[in-house]
Amino acid sequence: MNISVLDTRYTLVNTKEMEIKIDENGYYGEFGGAYIPELLHPNIEELKNNYLKISADPEFQEEFKALLKDYVGRPTPLYLAKRLSAKHGAKIYLKREDLNHTGAHKINNAIGQALLAKRLGKKKIIAETGAGQHGVATATACALLDLPCKVFMGVKDMERQKPNVERMRILGAEVIPATSGSKTLKDATNEAMRFWINNPDDTHYIIGSVVGPHPFPDMVTRFQSVISEEMMAQLQEQEGTNAPDYVVACVGGGSNAAGAFYHYLNNEKVKLVAVEAAGHGLDSGETAATTARGSSGVLHGFKTLLMQSEDGQVTEPYSISAGLDYPGIGPLHAHLYASKRGIFKYVTDKEAMDAGVELSKLEGIIPAVETAHALAALDQFEFKKDDIVVINLSGRGDKDLQTYINFGNY
Amino acid sequence: MTNRIEQIFQEKDREKLTIYFTAGHPKLEDTTIILKALDKADVDIIEIGMPYSDPLADGPTIQQSSMKALANGMNLDKLFEQLADLRKLTDKPVFIMGYCNNVLKYGTEKFCKRCAEVGIDGLILPDMPMHEFKLQFKPIFEKYKLKNVFLITPKTSEERIREVDAQEGGFIYMVSSSSTTGGSWGDSPERLDYLKRIQKMNLKTPRMVGFGISDHEALSMVNQYADGGIIGSAFIKALDENDLERSVERFIGKIKPPSPKKAP
Repeated sequence: MNISVLDTRYTLVNTKEMEIKIDENGYYGEFGGAYIPELLHPNIEELKNNYLKISADPEFQEEFKALLKDYVGRPTPLYLAKRLSAKHGAKIYLKREDLNHTGAHKINNAIGQALLAKRLGKKKIIAETGAGQHGVATATACALLDLPCKVFMGVKDMERQKPNVERMRILGAEVIPATSGSKTLKDATNEAMRFWINNPDDTHYIIGSVVGPHPFPDMVTRFQSVISEEMMAQLQEQEGTNAPDYVVACVGGGSNAAGAFYHYLNNEKVKLVAVEAAGHGLDSGETAATTARGSSGVLHGFKTLLMQSEDGQVTEPYSISAGLDYPGIGPLHAHLYASKRGIFKYVTDKEAMDAGVELSKLEGIIPAVETAHALAALDQFEFKKDDIVVINLSGRGDKDLQTYINFGNY
Repeated sequence: MTNRIEQIFQEKDREKLTIYFTAGHPKLEDTTIILKALDKADVDIIEIGMPYSDPLADGPTIQQSSMKALANGMNLDKLFEQLADLRKLTDKPVFIMGYCNNVLKYGTEKFCKRCAEVGIDGLILPDMPMHEFKLQFKPIFEKYKLKNVFLITPKTSEERIREVDAQEGGFIYMVSSSSTTGGSWGDSPERLDYLKRIQKMNLKTPRMVGFGISDHEALSMVNQYADGGIIGSAFIKALDENDLERSVERFIGKIKPPSPKKAP
């Protein structure tokens, strides 16, 4: 299989009106942009002027691809889940991002950005993390590439995700507790950005999802787009077509979904299903379903759909999954929602946990709780038996063992 | 009529000071008490901080004052209520400083209209990029005669500074160094070079320097090379909840002891 990362054949060009693409100011429709303090302007400008050039450079490509193959373990399998397929009456494939080194798709972006940072001449790396998966991926990439690394993590998350804190430390990263605001992912991101403001010259900020000021959402999407690129080749081989009927992925900020959707964004035959965490239910007041309960706003340097008060104060979302409780959503996804190109589904804690246990028993794969949300959404469709459905299995459930144990019911 | 802002900057012979404070902090109803105290004190321009849950450009002091104000129940309707008699409280130029999201969510038009009604002179929104200002905000600001204030930093290019100057804002907010608010000052040859470099550009918009100024010495220094200094975090730290007026008076007295002339 010949898979080329960031293949220019798939570069989005504006040929028709409805096309999903980013404009020169970093907007997908009305969402995105760069709402940043002037203090960050030089860094963002430097990145904006270089990210496409650097990532298209053949030497960069070669190094990135080699690491994805030999270090991360790509391509990840596209596995026809027979028992799950039988249950839902469709051909259900699992894109096994959980088999990546460090256990999730996050490593694709962390390595891409760390390589890019080196080419920008940056000497130090910072990152934010919620559950710790992106923090671990960044700490891993930094160990590999010999870059000093600081990871900002809300003190509440540090208590909830102790093993990941220690994993980062073992990998040589410094974990910096974010003590401001609500002391979770949102505040870890604020703290990382503030650190960047105070240390603009030698530091690159590896943002973990398709969020932040332009060009971060587009850059992270491109580094994750290897997922759908492989999918196309693998489906071609296994099904004789490169396009499925459905691609299903969970969305917090939305990086795994962005990667899984990327090469299908403008193929209208492919239904793009984004699954958000409903927490205790859409009307419970404890939810992370940004598209269902959010409104247009600006956070972390970009315009998106946002969980906020009447007055524009950002509110804390809730989900059992620490990787999905982000108060916003990547601007690409906000646009997929607003333009109706994407199908948005909402899954509660309980539905997700049940789906996670079900996959474990049917296929012998314990998924991350985030990923379990994508699996649970299958119940909300009536498939035809020839439908090809690809679930992006974004991460493995090792990190969530305690959550499975606490929830019981297995 | 010469507007309030222009009038301040026409007075060339003295050091100028802008004070920032967070509305609704330390207690919800302290906004007007602080305003009155600042009106009496030797302060030229007043910035009222509109607390936001995620103040990206702010250091710990303003983060904490914002959180406390929000916990006190501060919100925009409350703020405009408190400012209903603003122009009975002070004749000084008053700016509202905050973040884009509050304005956008409240409705830019509605927000600007209410600002104009109570007599606000302008806005400082550090996370509003120039591009968005021109596209979304400028026509509305102009309609309500609100001045916008852009920030520049030591890293802002000359071309960009000229573009800021061309926007005819109330003043140019010169961020003293690459940092969030409330950082340290200390001797810095780079900062001095920056102040001198911008001074030589002969901009038509007045320049005020902020971020990190906390004492008389620093305020005097920036007044030599710019049209004034801005103090926020140090002022907020100096506020004494139990003796608010006196603490304002004491702080301003210390930061700006009666001194007649600006250095040539």
